[in-house]
Amino acid sequence: MAGIMTPVSQHHSIQLSRPGNPPLRIPLFSHAIEAGFPSPADDYIEGRLSLDEHLVQHREATFFVRARGNSMVGAGIFDGDLLVVDKSLNPASGDIVIAVVDGDLTVKRLVVAHGQVMLKAENPRFRDIEFKDGQELQVWGVVTCAIKRFARG
Amino acid sequence: MPLALVDCNNFYVSCERVFNPKLEGRPVVVLSNNDGCAIARSNEAKALGIAMGEPWFRMEKIARQHGIIALSSNYALYADMSARVMALLAEFSPRQEIYSIDECFLDLGGIAPQSLPAFGRKMRNTIRQNTGIPVCVGIAASKTLAKLANHCAKKGLAGGEGVCDLAQLREKDRHTLFSTIPVAEVWGVGRRLAGQLMKLGIATVQDLKMANPAYIRAQFHSGLARTALELNGISCIDLETAEVPRQQIMVSRSFGSPVTALDDLAQSVAHFATRAAEKLRQDGSVASSLCVHIRTSPFIENAAQYQNSRVISLPQPTDDSRRLVSAALSGLRAIYRSGYRYRKSGVLLLGLHSRADMQRTLFDDTGQTAGSERLMRVMDAINRRMGAGSLTIAASGTRCAWAVRSARKTSACTTDWNELPTVAA
Repeated sequence: MAGIMTPVSQHHSIQLSRPGNPPLRIPLFSHAIEAGFPSPADDYIEGRLSLDEHLVQHREATFFVRARGNSMVGAGIFDGDLLVVDKSLNPASGDIVIAVVDGDLTVKRLVVAHGQVMLKAENPRFRDIEFKDGQELQVWGVVTCAIKRFARG
Repeated sequence: MPLALVDCNNFYVSCERVFNPKLEGRPVVVLSNNDGCAIARSNEAKALGIAMGEPWFRMEKIARQHGIIALSSNYALYADMSARVMALLAEFSPRQEIYSIDECFLDLGGIAPQSLPAFGRKMRNTIRQNTGIPVCVGIAASKTLAKLANHCAKKGLAGGEGVCDLAQLREKDRHTLFSTIPVAEVWGVGRRLAGQLMKLGIATVQDLKMANPAYIRAQFHSGLARTALELNGISCIDLETAEVPRQQIMVSRSFGSPVTALDDLAQSVAHFATRAAEKLRQDGSVASSLCVHIRTSPFIENAAQYQNSRVISLPQPTDDSRRLVSAALSGLRAIYRSGYRYRKSGVLLLGLHSRADMQRTLFDDTGQTAGSERLMRVMDAINRRMGAGSLTIAASGTRCAWAVRSARKTSACTTDWNELPTVAA
């Protein structure tokens, strides 16, 4: 579809012209615009909701990672989801954490019960990881949110 | 007033280890641009005898024998991790001087003296937990002593748990400690000065501390005399907390492979001029002149050598990328000679003034200036939002014949959505 934008100052609208068709008028703004085009540099508008502010509590200690695999679907974490990880939080039983296991980063639910430390999968098809006496659990960070994008995201 | 010097242990390696825990305990080196030489080594690599600045081609054999892992420098990652560490440390004191990418001084005035070691441990633990980076803390009455204290903390010579507060030591223990540390370890004393000091019988930190400052000033210079005073707990060097705008801005790189065509050289120069202009605008400054330089590699025997530079005065001090690129290219055209294999180029901005201070002259074209300001603001905003280099001056080109070679770079885990670390689910 070919379009030609022609500013029409009196009515603050643009005209889309298709060859052979009458021009289509679409209102652009409901009020007069200041001189100059809308600058991308002016995209910070006070008061608009920020997802970044909403999801990130501790900026300096927050990292984003990508989940690969399906061991945590029971917790709502699917392959390809973006995870927000806060390293400043002290992990507690029940938290979904990123842990270092055999030098790799993995996401599991931390469960501490009867003196036993475990990294539980949330998918019956995957094994839990138990920590025996003397073995040390290294928690990389606590997962605070999982973000999933749909086809149009 | 107590000062702390906090510095990160093997910073570049530590950054890599945060996102790749497999590197813990292994010998790791980080290589400079173009994988040239070692610019960071883990303790394990140091133990294998890898020296700072050791060229990669020389270490390749040892690396293979001992399983040393070599990584290309990942400055995007290091810069981001540094910003996090510095921001976290800034919460511990109202006065902070960021000294380098991995070190900062903090004013700890107001903390009770007996609480200082615990305060130092709190800083260390906070950085470790929040970023994964290990740091050491040196606390003392002057910057020079704080640096020394940090050295002691790092090497385990005094203090404990990576923190050393010199005030906690008894006078005679300090005396003993300083007598065992070579004078070359003192901040501001390099190998050459240390050699000269040795000739005068000053071999240890204690020797320099006890030396007569007037004598030192006479034999050397006032800077070293200040250092001697600082070793005695007299603070002469204040924290530089105000951001001092740069006096000149240089952007220069060695090429991954030699460049012969003027076009390719022009692309690199345009790119560097654009980068320099971005830094200029960040500082709120304008430049009065620009110097462009090109050179062949001095390290290749029997190759024809040529290097040259040209300074271009700008008719009006500016921060406009277009004007700076244009000036840089005109300089390049004047010095370019065909038939040489160029290995490096660079742009240096000189005669910097604060934008706000610039007086308008009769001949200024204010209309153009306003338009230029607007355009530069938009460019910078787009690059901030879409990623560095999204919008550049056309002269920078798209085909990068001169691009830096980094075969072993890890991903930009914290600055690129497409390069996030993956976790196994």
